[in-house]
Parts: sequence; C-alpha cells; structure tokens
Amino acid sequence: MKSIVCIKRVPDTEARIKIADDGASIDGAGIKYVINPYDEFAIEAALRLKESAGAGDVTVVTVGDSAAAEQLRSALAMGADNAVLLKGAPTLDGLATARALAAEIKERGANLILFGMKAVDGDQQQVGPMVAELLGLPCVTVVSEFEVQGDKVVCRREIEGGVEVVEAPLPAVLTMTKGKFEPRYASLKGIMAAKKKPLEEKDAQLGDSRVRVRALSYPPERPAGRIVGEGVDAVPELVRLLREEAKVL
Amino acid sequence: MANILAIAEQRDGALRKVTHEVVSAARQVADALGGEVHVLLLGPAGIGASASELGRFGADKVLVGESGGFARSNPDGATAVIADLVKANGYHAVFFAASAQGKDLAPRVAARLDVPLATDATALEVEGGELVITRPVYSGKAFAKLVLDGAPQVVSLRPNVFRAQESPKAGAVEAVAVPEDSDAWRVKVREVVAASGGVVDVAEAEVVVSGGRGMRGPENWHLLEQLAQAIGPNCALGASRAVVDAGWRPHSEQVGQTGKTVAPQLYFAVGISGAIQHLAGMRTARTIVAINKDPDAPIFKIADYGIVGDAFEVLPRLTEEIRRLREG
Repeated sequence: MKSIVCIKRVPDTEARIKIADDGASIDGAGIKYVINPYDEFAIEAALRLKESAGAGDVTVVTVGDSAAAEQLRSALAMGADNAVLLKGAPTLDGLATARALAAEIKERGANLILFGMKAVDGDQQQVGPMVAELLGLPCVTVVSEFEVQGDKVVCRREIEGGVEVVEAPLPAVLTMTKGKFEPRYASLKGIMAAKKKPLEEKDAQLGDSRVRVRALSYPPERPAGRIVGEGVDAVPELVRLLREEAKVL
Repeated sequence: MANILAIAEQRDGALRKVTHEVVSAARQVADALGGEVHVLLLGPAGIGASASELGRFGADKVLVGESGGFARSNPDGATAVIADLVKANGYHAVFFAASAQGKDLAPRVAARLDVPLATDATALEVEGGELVITRPVYSGKAFAKLVLDGAPQVVSLRPNVFRAQESPKAGAVEAVAVPEDSDAWRVKVREVVAASGGVVDVAEAEVVVSGGRGMRGPENWHLLEQLAQAIGPNCALGASRAVVDAGWRPHSEQVGQTGKTVAPQLYFAVGISGAIQHLAGMRTARTIVAINKDPDAPIFKIADYGIVGDAFEVLPRLTEEIRRLREG
C-alpha cells in the first residue's frame, strides 16, 4: 500500500492573528506554526495502514515556503518514509495549490491519497476534492474512519446529524477528520531517524492567484455584555432578558 | 445575462432549510446583477413536488432531476450534472450551501470547470458589477474580502447566516434528464446512520447549548440535554475541545477552530472558560449566554449575558423557567 499524505504548515490554534500592514495578509511574527491538526489524522491513518499491512510507503507532501520543511520533518518523525516540499507561497487559490499537488502525486502514484478535511488557516475545505477531480479519482470527504477492503475503501463520513457509510474503489482521495486515527507523538528514536530520511525540495508551479484578497478585517467587536447576577437567583432575570431584550426565546 | 445557478439540497425526500437561504441569497445577487435565478434540484422520484416552494424564495426556474441514484448524496453524479448545466447555460455564478454535501461538491465542480472557489461565504455584495465575497479565515479570527477571477464564480454559503426571504417568482419547473445509475458513479453511500443526539446539527441549529470542562464529567450531560429539550427541536448540543479531547462527547459536537463554527441565534456556554480557539468558533452567535463559576473567565468578555455560579444549580432552574415559558 502506497500512500501520499498532503499536509500544511499552519498557525497553532491558540495563536492570536494579527493583520499585517498591507491589510491583506497575516503578520507571522511571533506565531508558533504546527502541522494542520486535521492532517495529523491523515498521517496517522497512513502509518497504521502501513503497519497493519507490514509493508508500504508513506510520503508526505506540502506546498509552502522553506519553513514548511519543519512540518515535513515532524511527519517523518511520526514515521513517514519520504517528504516532498513543493516550494511556493501559500495561497487562497485552492485550485492552484491542488494543481501543484496533483502533478506531484501523478508522478509518484499511490493507492491512497490522504488530506486533512480542511486547513485551519484558510478554512477552505477544497484542495483535497480538487486534487481528486484533477486526477480523475474518486473522493470521500470528512472521513472519521475507514478500512481498506481489497480494492475498495469503506469510510464513515460525517454529515449533519449523522454518518454516511461510503464506499469507493482504490485508488482514492480521502479527507480526514477526528475519529479513529488519534495521532501518535513522535518518539525520540523517530525524531533522530527523521533527520536522515529523504526530504526533496522542488519549485511549485502555482501561477498567478485567481483569488484576489481585497482586505482582511477583524471580526466585529461584540458590545460589552453584562453579568446578570450570581447563582440560581439570577435565572428569572436572565430568562426575562432573553425574551424581552434579546428576543431570542 | 448574469444568471445564477443555486444548488438545492434534499434529505429523505424533503428540502433542507439551508436551500431556502441559498436561493434567497442568489435572488438578491441576481437582482443586483440583473439576472435570473435557476435552481437545480436532484433527488429521488417525487422530489419535483418540492420544486414549487422554491419560486416563493425567488427562483425563476427550477430544474428537477429525479432518479433513484440521487436519493442519497452522489458526488460523482451531481458534479457531472452541474458541470454540464453550467457549460450549456453559461451561468455567471453557482451557489452551494456550505453544508456537508455542498462542501463536498463545490470543489469538484470548480475543479472540473477550471475556476477558483470561495467556501463558507458569510456576506455577498455586488460592487461595480463585481461579486465581493466575505468569508472567515482562521475560523473567524479574521474575515477576508475576496473577488474570484473565474466564470462562473463558484461560492458556498454558510448555513444560518443568509436569511431565507420570500420574493415570489415564477419558479417554472423543468425536467432535467438524469440517469438511474452509471459506471461513472464510483462513490456510493451504502447507509446513513443518524446520530443519537438528534437530527439538528450544531452548525445549523438556531440554539446551541454547549458544555465545557466545568460540567465535570459526561455523566452530568443530562442537565444540558434537559435544557436543550426544553428549548425545542431547533436546539443542538455543543462541546468545548477539552471535553471532546477527554472523550466525554463526540467530535461532531465540538465548537471551535478544530471543530465546527456556529452562528446560532442563541448560544449557551456552560462551564466553558473561553479559549481563543473556542471563541473563534462561536463569536458570531447573535446572543451569547455564559454560565461559569469563575467571574474572570474570558467567556464573560464576549457574552451578552452572564451568570456567575454553579452550573449544577443554575441549569435545572433555567430548564424549569424555560419549560414554564414554553408551556405558558
């Protein structure tokens, strides 16, 4: 089983986001970067698949600037075999990113191509299924667990208020969410081994972005709220305010 | 003509509420651009009966494709039908709901048409003939205003943000020929399992009752469930990341940057301190109520109304008061 996992370097979810002076990008100073949390489920899934089969190959690929090598090394430390950094500035043009990834995946070939269901920076939730479309492969999104059964994959896909049990033939693209594949921590041995694993760097062909960012802004400030009171005695007043002032009950 | 194609969604033969929102938003944009709204409705035999209600929300035309193959979600089939319609009719824009189905379909359609995509839009404006899309980034820690260089402009719209508005148009129903089955349909839904929590998803509910670590354990969740029941069928349960990481609640209920972003009318944060990644996921709720023992908890800074107190005492009383209100 040959798997390719596409990952992204993103700000830690606890990071405060500061808009840069140009008004259309983020000031990265002082931000701690991590592997996109959803991508960790994808890495874990690929590693378990390889382990249970007793054979296979897991390659991690990212589109990003040179700093993204750090996240590739982290994935290698978790147990991936190879890494590829497609160098290019991260963009909100998901189709451009998908095209760069698809070209690399096509060249390498894989039975399973895994993504996180979204990256927590752009929140776009689009690159995985776009790659599938560009490669002409079936795709199942927002998968919490899956099992390979012969030449097909059976997935549990999360939908509003429930789960779909979805089947697709291999090779296939899956985008992962939290579920069965709680990611492992890299061991010290894994971290040492990662330093010697192959990490290839190439230029990504991203072209001009077809998504024009006019401006970034902060969410509107919420008007100052108030403490209605303390303990159970405050409940009747809260209910009155919700009904008469906020008109939401 | 700047016509817009809006993609309808059904489940179990009934239109989903978000479809009314998407058609209403399409109507407003089409009016600003001077175009028509066409709605594509794919579903099982008989789904056409739901088509007439879409005229009320502003559909000039409803294109109905009935087939057993579209009873459940069928991404390969739907992508092909939508892409073919766009190629045949040259739409200016295609609007999806940013729902499980819409988020699954829109990227495939955009890639097939070779155009960029904006997901999860929270506002749409037409400025000088250009569609300007506002959407959250970093789970709502910031908002981006975007313009897409593509024809059509493919956008998905966040549920619960755009208002369903009546704006009656002809809603003329036209049949679209769709196959019963096809070898090109590789992704097949074998079964749909409903979650035990009920049918309203936390991302689409009008009211959300969320619990955090202050609830002390999963065995105490009945207090939140009872409040949710008293509020009514449009209320869903939510949870903080700490609670999901501890295994008390399923990830499908998690609100925040690594969970769902919600925009309900009313959000109860009970025993939730208010980590930045949680606040990002719920700060666009219309009204926020916080119940927490710690008067310095950050959640009180963004809550409209707060009660400082023990959730185990406050919740039963709140449930009782709301029940009385509902009955009275």
